[in-house]
Amino acid sequence: MNPLNMIAAAAPEKLISLSTADLLIIIIYFVMVLGIGLYLRRYANTSNDFFMAGREMTAWVAGLSFLSANLGALELMGWAAAAYQYGILAAHFYWIAAFPAMVFLGLVMMPFYYISKTHSVPGYLQLRYGEATRALSGISFAFMTVLMSGINMYAMALVMKVVLGWNINFSIWVSSLTVAVYVSLGGLFSAIFNEVLQFFLIWLGVLVVPILGMIEVGGWSGLVAKIQERVHSNEYVHLWSTLGTFSGNPMGVQWTGIVFGLGGVIAFGYWTTDFLVVQRAMAAKDLRSAKLAPIIASYFKMIVPVIIILPGLLGLAVLPFNLVPESAVRPGLHSYNEVLPLMLARYCGPGLLGLGVTALIAGFMSGMAGNVSAFATVWTYDIYQPYIRKSETDAHYVKMGRWCTILGVILSIATAYFVTQFKSIMDYMQALVSFFIAPLFGTVILGMLWRRATPKAGFWGLLAGTVSSVAMYALVKVDPSYLSIIALSSHAKDMAENLYRALWSWLICVIVTVVVSLFTTPKPADQLKDLVYGYTKMPSDKDLPLYKRPIFWGAGVAIFFFILQWIFW
Amino acid sequence: MMAKRQHMLPVWFFIGVLLTIYGVIILTTALLDWSQPSAAMYSQYHAGAWGGVLLLLIGGFYTLWFWPRKSE
Repeated sequence: MNPLNMIAAAAPEKLISLSTADLLIIIIYFVMVLGIGLYLRRYANTSNDFFMAGREMTAWVAGLSFLSANLGALELMGWAAAAYQYGILAAHFYWIAAFPAMVFLGLVMMPFYYISKTHSVPGYLQLRYGEATRALSGISFAFMTVLMSGINMYAMALVMKVVLGWNINFSIWVSSLTVAVYVSLGGLFSAIFNEVLQFFLIWLGVLVVPILGMIEVGGWSGLVAKIQERVHSNEYVHLWSTLGTFSGNPMGVQWTGIVFGLGGVIAFGYWTTDFLVVQRAMAAKDLRSAKLAPIIASYFKMIVPVIIILPGLLGLAVLPFNLVPESAVRPGLHSYNEVLPLMLARYCGPGLLGLGVTALIAGFMSGMAGNVSAFATVWTYDIYQPYIRKSETDAHYVKMGRWCTILGVILSIATAYFVTQFKSIMDYMQALVSFFIAPLFGTVILGMLWRRATPKAGFWGLLAGTVSSVAMYALVKVDPSYLSIIALSSHAKDMAENLYRALWSWLICVIVTVVVSLFTTPKPADQLKDLVYGYTKMPSDKDLPLYKRPIFWGAGVAIFFFILQWIFW
Repeated sequence: MMAKRQHMLPVWFFIGVLLTIYGVIILTTALLDWSQPSAAMYSQYHAGAWGGVLLLLIGGFYTLWFWPRKSE
């Protein structure tokens, strides 16, 4: 019996009983998102509107949806669980794994994405490298995004089963069909509107946990003392000082893995090339808004640990029982992934509990909505239009987008039932990310910054990086002794392995791209206009006052980041 | 097309409406249960009442600020 199903079967009764007010809050949320979709239907009748929200989003709307598209099931549940399991090291996935990459996207890469007027990341690759690279990227993205969507849905259904006692199938189908309806009606408008809505619900729904939790433990010093008393170690409350050795911290990772693997390759790969989030910035109304969107998001990313990481730490401090890995769940035991619902149940009375549960549901649903809207865009623009039906009307492609949204949801549901074999949802996501995202970042960044990168090199580099990542993953599964080579230590845990594998696959992609470029012919300069550094005229914002320039706000979040690292060293 | 889009209700309005509704529900629930606190920890602080008020303030602000007005 697979571990995740064991959790559902082992749970003796639900954690939370919902009052009438709680149920009303949840029902009203579903009514609202459906109503928004119905309302926006009239504005989403061209492909530019349906797939790119008319490219009219303000910096704030694009920025908040950019962040919220990332705040799905895995973020809400998984990182609170990771904080319980690994301590404050989990915050690295919000800090070093966010600000450098998001600011880099805003200041360096968004100009190329926006000025080239591409509609997707595979679309940029088609312009820069040609059809082969676009096809490889488009197909792998479509595959990955449907899998991720399935993971989101199953995670949500499992939570609803364990926490609320809801039938898994009921949760999957009700939420999936709701997403299918509102995204197929309003397209990216719907997805973005509901992501911004979800941002507010997440904060307001979970905020009571850190507030009352910190009161209970007596502030930060009280939290540290209680954690040390619980785990008999101070490794859980230091961000950097325990990363000198692989065995000196709960995550089993050294600082090089955090800085170069996580903060470098994985973060840059995800935030700069995952079309799920980049699409939101591309929907901005002008270049300045497109540059600002990820930078605005980075500020909130710096403070999201208050409602995700801190509850996990508080759970470690105050819960009267130990949580266990999914594989160890038995009747009476709870898994790491339940820490956030357990903390909600601990502090929230009727009404607030419904808001907290709605925030979780909203997070799961917006994650799925983001995935299916991105899937529909990539499928329609990068697979269907160029390779299947080339010269159809705009209305035809909009119709394809709507049907593809529904297809994406159905495929996600199918994968939700399939992907239960992995013991940890977060590790699965990290493995998947490392297969595709890290090499893709290598291909895109070389394409944007190096004029010499050739079309053949773009394809072979991306393929080499992806295949090498899958091969490394398989090697370790077949023979765990390879872990000491790939992750530089036999003590490295799964998460550390993912970080190093991403780093190596990125390096392989870059090396292959460079070497093949040296032996093949680049595109002529006139075909690289607006696609690569040196051939793109960047609008200057020197005439703008300092506070209106994206680089000013990028510098601000950098300062914020370093202050946080120093505080929690 | 452009005129039609200009009349699109902004997302902030929807947020305001939803938070206002939630504020009413949560505050009402908290007031009805005032003398019978729930089993949640620190229920004596009536977090529901505070939360309801906060939601009403935020929701009310967004609803009123972004209330649709006829274009001039």
